[in-house]
Amino acid sequence: MNYFPDEVIEHIFDFIASHKDRNSISLVSKSWHKIERCSRKRVFIGNCYAINPERLIERFPSLRSLTLKGKPHFADFNLVPHEWGGFVHPWIVALAKARVGLEELRLKRMVVSDESLELLSRSFSSFKSLVLVSCEGFTTDGLASVAANCRHLRELDLQENEIDDHRGQWLNCFPESSTALTSLNFSCLKGETNLAALERLVARSPNLESLKVNRAVPLDALTRLMSCAPQLVDLGVGSYENEPDQESFMKLMAAIKKCTELRSLSGFSEVAPLCLTAFYPICQNLTSLNLSYAAEIQGNHLIRFIQFCKRLQRLWILDSIGDKGLEVVASTCKELQELRVFPSDLHDEEDNDTAVTEIGLVAISAGCPKLHSILYFCKQMTNAALITVAKNCPNFIRFRLCILEPNKPDHTTSQSLDEGFGAIVQACKGLRRLSVSGLLTDKVFLYIGMYAEQLEMLSIAFAGDTDKGMLYVLNGCKKMRKLEIRDSPFGNAALLADVDKYRTMRSLWMSSCEVTLGGCKRLARNAPWLNVEIINENENNDVMERNEEDEREKVDRLYLYRTVVGARKDAPPCVTIL
Amino acid sequence: MSPEEELQSNVSVASSTRNIVGVLKEHNYLGLSDCSSVGSSNLSGLADDDKATISLKATELTLGLPGSQSPARDTELNSLGPAKLDEKLFFPLLPSKDEICPSSQKNIASGNKRGFADTMDKVPVYTEKNWMFPEAVVATQSVIKKEVAQNIPKGKLSTTNNSSSPPAAKAQIVGWPPVRSYRKNTLATTCKNSDEVDGKPGSGPLFVKVSMDGAPYLRKVDLRSYTNYGELSAALEKMFTTFTLGQCGTSGATGKDVRNETKLKDLLNGKDYVLTYEDKDGDWMLVGDFSWEIFIGVCKKLKIMKGCDAIGLAAAPAPRAMEKSKMRA
Repeated sequence: MNYFPDEVIEHIFDFIASHKDRNSISLVSKSWHKIERCSRKRVFIGNCYAINPERLIERFPSLRSLTLKGKPHFADFNLVPHEWGGFVHPWIVALAKARVGLEELRLKRMVVSDESLELLSRSFSSFKSLVLVSCEGFTTDGLASVAANCRHLRELDLQENEIDDHRGQWLNCFPESSTALTSLNFSCLKGETNLAALERLVARSPNLESLKVNRAVPLDALTRLMSCAPQLVDLGVGSYENEPDQESFMKLMAAIKKCTELRSLSGFSEVAPLCLTAFYPICQNLTSLNLSYAAEIQGNHLIRFIQFCKRLQRLWILDSIGDKGLEVVASTCKELQELRVFPSDLHDEEDNDTAVTEIGLVAISAGCPKLHSILYFCKQMTNAALITVAKNCPNFIRFRLCILEPNKPDHTTSQSLDEGFGAIVQACKGLRRLSVSGLLTDKVFLYIGMYAEQLEMLSIAFAGDTDKGMLYVLNGCKKMRKLEIRDSPFGNAALLADVDKYRTMRSLWMSSCEVTLGGCKRLARNAPWLNVEIINENENNDVMERNEEDEREKVDRLYLYRTVVGARKDAPPCVTIL
Repeated sequence: MSPEEELQSNVSVASSTRNIVGVLKEHNYLGLSDCSSVGSSNLSGLADDDKATISLKATELTLGLPGSQSPARDTELNSLGPAKLDEKLFFPLLPSKDEICPSSQKNIASGNKRGFADTMDKVPVYTEKNWMFPEAVVATQSVIKKEVAQNIPKGKLSTTNNSSSPPAAKAQIVGWPPVRSYRKNTLATTCKNSDEVDGKPGSGPLFVKVSMDGAPYLRKVDLRSYTNYGELSAALEKMFTTFTLGQCGTSGATGKDVRNETKLKDLLNGKDYVLTYEDKDGDWMLVGDFSWEIFIGVCKKLKIMKGCDAIGLAAAPAPRAMEKSKMRA
């Protein structure tokens, strides 16, 4: 079957990077399977409980880069108990034991301990890159071990993690010989930062391209940092308690002017008064701007800045920018591909007439032809607006709309938003991710099932009327991988209709729906290749005991996922695996 | 009383309350001697008198106000200063954790409650289940208590043009809106500094935002870090000097003050800029009427306005001079 020697085929496979494609290759024939798996360097595991580390290593002995995801998405919104699981430690232990030449580890929503980090740092001599997103369980002591022991560390990227900051000297732990850093992001650390250590580190890292500092780095330190790293491409600014004087400001501006490679800005988490304006000299070069933590910068100042950012491709902003602001974005940022508008007023304190509405969304859709990803929080929406957006932007890949008030209808017609979302799925043939909100009946799911052929991830909250809604989706969306539902009236009939469907999906989450314990049990019996987890936070955690009488009891939270390794052993008491 | 009727009576009483208090304030403005007899005694701007006066009012008013809060509120109102009175009447949900607030006047905004009622009818399943407040802090269900839903006017949950539809209702739905905890915590730390602390005197910093016409950004000041208007004025002047550097030339030497750094102060005391604040009613007032203690209790925001814009706020030249002298004190 093979017309070429294995080495040649392997070389050809080297050009194929996408996980999907490599997975497909491995299915062609036994010999291709073998060549592929032996040469595979990067593996992505979307659910750390779908497989175990031993089997992973057995199949991919040449593993260099591993990406692992732990908790389900709704853990971001406090719907999953802290102790649920997602521990990385067993993985590191196994990889270390097998002497895998691990170079890169990327984790999302996993529990990481200092012990794990220490083991990691000591076990893999070529380790280069650690990326932790929304993880927890570790402290700056763990970071210190990584800094001290990973001689070839290039990337340390900490995004939105809960890290216990011991205010130690972890930055000092980078040895003087460490000069290979290309990316350093510690913006989520809450404590003080040893500025001198940071400056020395930056000064001896000529390849540093991405630097994101935390709140504790003041203006003058930032100036010095930028002066010794004019090659920076991606900068995360801290916050400023002190008001800058004229001289500091001028110095900052001068340093910024020299950063001609700067393309991405983020941070600004407290009022950084003059700081934003200091970036005027380079703002026309920016392709990515994240001001979504800049709660103190008023809408009009945001607008004034964005007016110059003609090359923006990605913009993350707060809804205080307002519809007017979005209109400015629409007329300025013609290269815009991704937009995220976050709610600024989470406690509803302000008399917020200036937040964005459907008008801003329509303006963006009209003005930005390349837009393909959007996350939009707003207080109101209309079908007409969504229909217009669909017409303007048939290229959406990700469309996430969150109307802050559950069940809110179209505010001009008081009707449901079925038609609006229906228009979106019908027009956007490439749609892969969708989040719906507002008042929705079963009809929207009929549309989704009918039209959303490429849809892989769907998030539903406070929507639908009957089981039919969920059934439309399960039957219609052939490519569905992750379905997450909360507070919607879907029950056992929908859950059990097509058990084999879950073979093709990564996971299903249902919370505060109508599924019962009996239904879940039946599912678990019929699908032994699924882990059906029931999560309860009641005092009486012993679900199994109440077996007989409570089959009709509704299940708080259900999380099911396919797995080849059976029930996990590390579940806490509040989780029952059926 | 049905929720709607309850609402109606709330509207009428609440608005009359508002009028009376509003009138009280106006009287303060006109100065010491101008007291009419709207049930208020000597409005000298002294804390105790204000308290007594308004608590008298409070007693009258609460008779008319139905709602689960009134018993608690009677005692609270008598012991609080005017600031607290306002807060409890009009912003009962800020920043307290009250769950029920039927008498918040802003919730009455609209016929939106009809819309919501229709919604509720369409989706009967939800009425039972999805609008229940969780009992424990750690909610097992992300729903709202049925009893509470019945007490709260339906308009509460679906108002559109109404900004203070209760944060309590929203905050009670676990995990909604779907914003990462990291983001919530980060923004909360930022906002915490700029919102008023839950009213107890001396209980920590009291940050308010300060804006200035023409300045590109806001600042925050901690009112509790000053003990009088003079200190506040000096601090603000320092903060905003950079903006007035360009303008000090035009103001010229308005007179007595020879110090170099008094440009803003000159502007404040002269014609060009005045210091104003937004009180808990949302009214913009000139700074200086009340004693410092009362002022920090009522001040929500500060703004340095151009004198010409502030004309509507000043009743007469004489009182303004009096304010200024208070500010300088």
